[in-house]
Amino acid sequence: MSDLLRFATAGSVDDGKSTLIGRLLYDSKSVFTDQLESVERTSADRGDDYTNLALLTDGLRAEREQGITIDVAYRYFSTPVRSFIVADTPGHVQYTRNMVTGASTADLALVLVDARKGVLEQTRRHAALSALLRVPHLVLAVNKMDLVGYDDAVFDDVVTQFAAVAEELRSRFGSLPEVTAIPMAALPGDNVVHASENMRWYDGPALLEHLEQVSVERDHGEQRPARFPVQYVIRPMSTERPDYRGYAGTMASGTLRVGDEVVALPSGRRTTVAGIDTFDGPLDAAVARQAVTVRLATELDVSRGDMLVAADAPPATVSTLQATVCWMADAPLRAGSRVLLKHTTRTVKAMVTGLTERLDVASLGSESVEELRLNDIGRVSLRTASPLAVDVYADDRTTGAFILLDEATGNTLGAGMVDAVA
Amino acid sequence: MTIMTGLSQLDVLEAESIHVMREVAAEFERPGLLFSGGKDSIVMLHLAQKAFWPARIPFPLVHVDTGHNFDEVLAFRDRRVAEIGARLVVAKVQDDIDAGRVREVPGGLRNPLQTTTLLRAIEEGRYDAVFGGARRDEEKARAKERFFSFRDAFGQWDPKNQRPELWNLYNGKHAPGEHIRVFPLSNWTELDVWRYIAREGIAVPEIYYAHDREVFERDGMLLGVTEHSMPREGETVTTRVVRYRTVGDASCTGAVASPARTPDEVVDEVAATRVTERGATRADDRASEAAMEDRKKAGYF
Ligand SMILES: Nc1nc2c(ncn2[C@@H]2O[C@H](COP(=O)(O)OP(=O)(O)O)[C@@H](O)[C@H]2O)c(=O)[nH]1
Repeated sequence: MSDLLRFATAGSVDDGKSTLIGRLLYDSKSVFTDQLESVERTSADRGDDYTNLALLTDGLRAEREQGITIDVAYRYFSTPVRSFIVADTPGHVQYTRNMVTGASTADLALVLVDARKGVLEQTRRHAALSALLRVPHLVLAVNKMDLVGYDDAVFDDVVTQFAAVAEELRSRFGSLPEVTAIPMAALPGDNVVHASENMRWYDGPALLEHLEQVSVERDHGEQRPARFPVQYVIRPMSTERPDYRGYAGTMASGTLRVGDEVVALPSGRRTTVAGIDTFDGPLDAAVARQAVTVRLATELDVSRGDMLVAADAPPATVSTLQATVCWMADAPLRAGSRVLLKHTTRTVKAMVTGLTERLDVASLGSESVEELRLNDIGRVSLRTASPLAVDVYADDRTTGAFILLDEATGNTLGAGMVDAVA
Repeated sequence: MTIMTGLSQLDVLEAESIHVMREVAAEFERPGLLFSGGKDSIVMLHLAQKAFWPARIPFPLVHVDTGHNFDEVLAFRDRRVAEIGARLVVAKVQDDIDAGRVREVPGGLRNPLQTTTLLRAIEEGRYDAVFGGARRDEEKARAKERFFSFRDAFGQWDPKNQRPELWNLYNGKHAPGEHIRVFPLSNWTELDVWRYIAREGIAVPEIYYAHDREVFERDGMLLGVTEHSMPREGETVTTRVVRYRTVGDASCTGAVASPARTPDEVVDEVAATRVTERGATRADDRASEAAMEDRKKAGYF
């Protein structure tokens, strides 16, 4: 049974990100010949002297014309053990917005550095955003080793530089992704899919081998207390099942078993799980990420936006919270701004009651500001019009996350991670 | 009864698609599901059954009918709709041709004409959310597509101004007249679709499996002899064992030589295939590298 790994890539312009992804797709035989032919044609038309694998990932015409990547693109490849979804996040315009988006669902962040340049300010940003988004694993891909003579001293130096950054991140965010550093050369293909003959001093896995092996079982919150946001109430009202009432949703975290005592939030009423239904038959238990339908032992007034949670470990139910917000809109966010806040399956009106500081993701310092602008990340206090059952994002990447929407235009304004509830 | 431990990749994809479908049912007034009888829309329909069981699927199915159909696919469509007791709305490209809203190029392809019919169907049905079976792995312009893809009052897609999509929090906000295209299979690949068809025992039109067919070669593709695709002078007809990888417009959808007669055999074949399904079998997508992007901007699927 093969499983799924989602990873996000990050790197400064020209570090070789597109080449690396092209290489992964190509060497894992996920590039089809017609795609390759089209890339070969374009490459030849542009006068490139080699087939530019980077072109495999530039989808939109504007991107091909300008030779840059504009928006997050998703790529797919698989090996017999695992399937992979790659969120390819471009480094130019809208950098923070793209990386935060890609990292939000990632099990692993792939951060590229050019061996000749070492750890740059951009690298610190990428690592900081991975830490902020609580991506559980990070690969430091030290690329273009061919241009430094495959020298282990260069690699060691980059690893040492990054260790210092990691230490800073740990003290700032309280935790850090698990880091693996791999020396590679994406263009000729060293240590991407095949172990490199040119770097015998390196005894770790090639990138693909690492991606296949990295354990993500514990990262999906299956060990956490149960959280089940109700999405939709199922009432067939059929002659066969006149009284059926089930709460459909996706397990956000933990495990829910038939017979478990649960609390429905925000009402706080208690009951037990009478059954867990699926089209394929009843289950004894549902785990994080499964989409199921839960029946309760007693008729409670439960509807979309409510959350069923483990009775012995409920989240806080609050109307005020502190969060780190990544702002993604042109018009700035200020204290007093009114927005819509979507948290799990509940959308409520909210007001920004305070804006304390802006985080400089490169220096990890912060400064006090009056507003958050496009691609800024800052600390925000919010008050919601009705209560939410929230966890701190550091504990739960699902029930600690929210997005902010513009009530007038409907646009997505920003992404938020709950820091504290009060 | 079973306890599941460790979700497989297909389990995760299935749950994600079901989640998306339930979000739409909960947040929109009038969703519709595009159902053509092709394998992706069949899988989508299967997922919709799972999402709302034991209730019925709470929205109608919509077929944009080019008129260039494979008989087997239309028969399958009607059988499936009857089985689940769904409501089917058919919007015909022919009606738009007859009304002069689009002009057919003689001997031309009808795929590009479908946009007008699709947008008319959306307007007439007043759908505010339309499920499509497109996947991001199909084509490069689609790789940037969102699960919830905003369309303006003219049905247009603006690839450079898309809403960021984070975690599993989808933004369905839109004004009257605008709508959202929803792609529950965004993260599936062709191989995933076939593995799922095999795992779930989902029925698909028989032309997806190897069968004898009279075909002729054109532009490197094998076209079946039908009323919509007749051999021209110099094109010789032979009977070969073929199957279809996609079942779109019969006049331009090619078959591939294949001995795969069962879902498992198709899975093995797809896993070993080195040509995309569009490259292999869709004349319209070969027109230009940016063909899909242009059509999508104008409101295509
Ligand atoms: N010598 C060498 N060049 C590389 C390597 N990886 C990428 N490049 C080159 O670096 C340039 C930028 O690569 P690209 O993948 O477009 O970078 P991106 O901007 O990060 O996507 C291109 O000219 C690549 O051919 C490598 O491992 N070795």
